This record gives sequence, C-alpha cells and structure tokens, in this order.
Amino acid sequence: MRKISRWVRENLFSSWYNTLLTAASLWLLWVVFSGLFQWAVRDAVWSGGSAACQQARQLAQSEGRPWGACWAIIPANIKLLMAGTYPPGELWRLWVSVYLAALLLGASAGVWKGLLRETAIAIGAGAVVLALLPWSTAERLWIGGIALALFVPMAIFWKARLFRAIRWAVGVGWLLLPVIVLVLISGFSPWLPRVETTQWGGLMLTVILAVVGIVASFPLGVLLALGRQSELPLIRWFSILYIEVVRGVPLVTVIFMASLVLPLFLPGNLRIDQALRAMVAFTLFTAAYIAENVRGGLQAIPRGQIEAARALGLHGWLITLFIVLPQALRAVIPANVGQFISLFKDTSLVFVAALLDLFNMGRSILANPDWLGFDGEMLLFIAFVYFICTYSMAHLSHRLERILGVGER
Amino acid sequence: MAEEIIICRDVHKWFGDFHVLRGVNLTVRKGEVVVICGPSGSGKSTFIRTLNRLEEHQRGQIIIDGIELTHDVKNIEAIRREIGMVFQSFNLFPHLTVLQNITLAPIWVRKMKRSEAEALAMQLLERVGIPEQAHKYPAQLSGGQQQRVAIARALAMQPKIMLFDEPTSALDPEMIKEVLDVMRELARSGMTMLVITHEMGFAREVADRIVFFDQGRIVEENTPEEFFRAPTHERTKLFLSQILHH
Repeated sequence: MRKISRWVRENLFSSWYNTLLTAASLWLLWVVFSGLFQWAVRDAVWSGGSAACQQARQLAQSEGRPWGACWAIIPANIKLLMAGTYPPGELWRLWVSVYLAALLLGASAGVWKGLLRETAIAIGAGAVVLALLPWSTAERLWIGGIALALFVPMAIFWKARLFRAIRWAVGVGWLLLPVIVLVLISGFSPWLPRVETTQWGGLMLTVILAVVGIVASFPLGVLLALGRQSELPLIRWFSILYIEVVRGVPLVTVIFMASLVLPLFLPGNLRIDQALRAMVAFTLFTAAYIAENVRGGLQAIPRGQIEAARALGLHGWLITLFIVLPQALRAVIPANVGQFISLFKDTSLVFVAALLDLFNMGRSILANPDWLGFDGEMLLFIAFVYFICTYSMAHLSHRLERILGVGER
Repeated sequence: MAEEIIICRDVHKWFGDFHVLRGVNLTVRKGEVVVICGPSGSGKSTFIRTLNRLEEHQRGQIIIDGIELTHDVKNIEAIRREIGMVFQSFNLFPHLTVLQNITLAPIWVRKMKRSEAEALAMQLLERVGIPEQAHKYPAQLSGGQQQRVAIARALAMQPKIMLFDEPTSALDPEMIKEVLDVMRELARSGMTMLVITHEMGFAREVADRIVFFDQGRIVEENTPEEFFRAPTHERTKLFLSQILHH
C-alpha cells in the first residue's frame, strides 16, 4: 500500500504541472468512459426487437439526452447473422455438423495430448459461457451440449489412445469431415432436400469459405512452391507464371471474374454454383501467396541438410518429404497463418458474387428500415466475432510454433 | 594384399573457370585408413565429395567397389549406399530426434523394419558412447555428441567406406578427443576410411598412409613415419612446419 502511494506521488503529482496533467487526463478518461458506459451499458436496450429500440431512442431525443445502444439488434437477427437464410426447418443439419466436428475434436484431444486438448478445453469452456447468454431453452441446450460433445469422447478415447487403429480412425475422420459436412449442409436427393448455396449465409458461410480455402490452398501452395524449384522447365515456368499472375491481380477481381466473367465462357447449360466458384477463387488466390511463403522456407534450408541426406542414399522425394518440407513449413508457420487470417477476413468480399457472409449479412440487416441507424452496434458485434476467430487462429499458431520448436534453439 | 575398393584415375573438376582438381590419382585398399591433408583451397574436400557424387567430376574415372561413377542414377545410388560421410558441420536433421536421425535412411533406403533399425541404432549409439541421448534433439547435445551421432547415422547404413571431411574442425578442443576416439575404434575394426584432418597426432597414430594435396593435385603420398620424418616436397615441408609449430 505504501509502495503504491509512493509510486503515485512520484509519478503523478511530483510537480504542479504534473498534477495538472494528471487531473486533465483523469477528466478526459472520465468523459470518454462515462459516455461509453452510458451508451453501451446504462441506457442500452438489450431485448425487445426494433420497436423497443426505436421507442427508447425517441424518448431520449424528446428529453434531450443522449440515447443508449440497441444491443437488441443482435438477438433479433441472430439467426440471419449465424446461418443466413438457411431454411429454419433444416437448421438441425448445421448443428449436426458442429457436433460432428466437436465429437472428432474431442476424440482427437483424447488420443493426442497437447495443443488439441488445449483447443478442445478452450472451445468447451467457450460453449459453456456462451450458453449462459439469454437464449431460448432449445438453443441453450444445443450450445451447452457442444461442451459435452467435446469432453465425453475425450474421456473415452483417452482410454483407447494406445491402439494404433484408433488413431488411424480419428485421422481418417478428419479427412472425411469436410466432405460429410458439405454434403449434409447442401443436402442430397432424395433423402435430404437440397439447400441452395444462395441460402447459405452469415458466420456459417464465412467459416465454410475460410475453412475450404485454407484446407485446399495449403497443399496447392506447397506444390506450387516445390514446382517453382523444379528442375523440369515446364513445371517451373508454369508455377512462376501462375504465382506472379495471381499475385498481380486484386482478390476482388479474381472473385469477380469467377462469378461474373467465367459463366460467359462456359456453355449455357453448365452452371457452376456461386459459392463453389467463390471457394475456388479464394483457394487459387491464397495458394499463390502460400507458395511464396513456403518458397522462403525452402530457401532457408542449409545446403548441408540436403547433402547429408544425399550422402545417406536418400533421394528426390524422400529428401523433400522428410528433410526439406518439415523444416521449411515449420519456419513459415507465422507467415502462413497470417495469410489464413487475411483469407478469413477477405471472405467478406463474396458480396461480389451475391453471397451474404457475416459482414454483408450485417449490412443487409442495417438496410432494413426497422434497424435504420443502429450501424454502430451491428458493426461492433461483427468486429467482435471476427476478432474472436482471428485471434484464436493467431494464438493457435503461436502455440504450434512453440510446440514444434522443441529441441531447436 | 586386400582388394582395391577405391580407384581414382586422373580425376579433374572445374568450378566455372577454376580448375579445382587437376588430375588426382589415388587407390585405396579395403580396410586402409588414408589421411588427407593440405592447405585450405587445395581441393581435398572437393575430392572426397566427388567420391559419393556430392560433386561431379568432369574428367577421369572413379570406381568404387567395382562400380564406376557415371551419370547413371542407379550407380550413384548404389555407391552412396556403400559410402558413409561425416561433415565438418555435423548436418544432423534438427527436426528429428537422435534415434530418428539414425533410423531414417535404414528404414527408407535399406527397407529395414522399424524395430530392427531402432535396435541397430541403439547398438551404434552404444558404440559411440551416448545411448542415453537417443530421444533428444540434436540441438540439445554438445558438438562432440552431435558429431558422434553423425558418425552413428552414417554407420547405420552399414557402409564399406567412411569419408570424414574435417570432422573435428568445428569442435571445442575438449570435445575433439571423444570424436577421435570413436574414429580410432572404427579404424581398428577394419573400416576403410578417408579422413581429411589437421589432427597430425591422429594421423601419425591411425593412418596407414598420408596423402598431401596442393593446388588440386596429390603432391606427396607416404606412410606416416616417412611423411613426418622426411617430407620430400617443398610445399609439404612448409605445411608441416606451419601446422606443427604454430
């Protein structure tokens, strides 16, 4: 206590002008934070739809005082923000997809420790916290259940982790998951009615575009990076041409071409889905950048590593697979994750292809006369969701670097 | 006389305009230990790197264990399987444990079973004196230990010939001995060895023959006793006076 009061005296009130500065700063902080508190918390409307918000605002205006935030805009539109115009009767398919992923992550966290387990526990805890928010009972059960879907298989597979077959099964599960989820969400006749991708939207579309983009662009980027160093001129020149051309074009142009220009060249009866085109555009675009990142890693491998491998009788692809790539890819984790974070945020450019991801769904809600004038609340919420997602990715990459850095200086 | 396992006839190599190897002739018999010395830039390192095709020779003939080194990839692979190499800078794979470093080539090149390869690796680690380090990563070991792992890694391919390219030059003085001891033991076991080194004590004790390189040629070749007692070439005398009285 004495320490604190001494620190305060020495640093904040050591002379008359320091005292003055301290007072001025405190006043400024008070003005900002009391205003923020008044807007975001004290006078905020938390529920009741647009009518409640409009009413509160009009009342404040007539009394001549500042009005509060309309957080009610979020719960009132939560379904649109999360799943777009996906048919309400089919929403269970999205939940099942989330649960499949949760079960698999839980199983993996049981089989392999470390980062997977940390991730599973963090997501489970997040689900529990999220379930405490004012949802309907059904929604609350769905959300809270995610924690169970993570922790139960984690406990079961912890016992089974020693069997090699189990590990294989879990690995194969991850390979199949994207396919199963995409089929489930888009439907397959005649058992599940088809849901057109124009009905996909919100956070769900953002996540699907980002995940497909990341999963597909990474191997493609690695292949392009290897191709750029190939001794076969044809492959080398193709890789260089591809990388340089794509990097020379803005992403928005690539999506634009994929969604508007491409159909002009295709025969009229061949129709490729808009969302699929967007996925391809994101993948092809990101792959070029990944390729350049990976090339940096490849060039950082000391010559001695390759010579030692050759001297041991290893050849061509064995050296690439066991010696070069593991070291190169590890070195470029930060750069690649940066690229993936960019991709995640850039999915908001799909409005060019007439698709409504999280950000554009928010904008279209704001265009609704009911919600006119509540842009700040909506944008803050969207920014918050983006931040949670991208910060998780950044944090994950940071942990991954540390874990893979074992034994290296 | 044992059979001739390495035969080099008039080997030439250029780096661009620079004529590094100017007609090297050398024959090594099975079980022989040949120490190669010479001033830096004399081509000795380039020469032993031509023996397993880390460098390509442009003229002359190199025959290893009856197989001639040509552009034929099959021949190159066959020869690399017979030759182990130890580098000045160790060149261990930093992302693999000691055990994985040693077993990688036996499993993927010799198609050995994992369990077999691991047993062999442990046996070799025992031989170089560091079985307790098997599950560590290279960066966690001292320089001397790393170089001994590198020797074990090369031996795991069960080569007929071992090449050493200044194996102790990057080591602190107190670690040089532990590496030389391993090499001494290896020489005694009958391994054919070509060793580039400035450790003249080691050369005197272990070598069957010392070869002196200068300007891309072998200028002197003799038994250790004769080499140190009565060097014939001027360049050799100068080199020895510098290296022994520095």
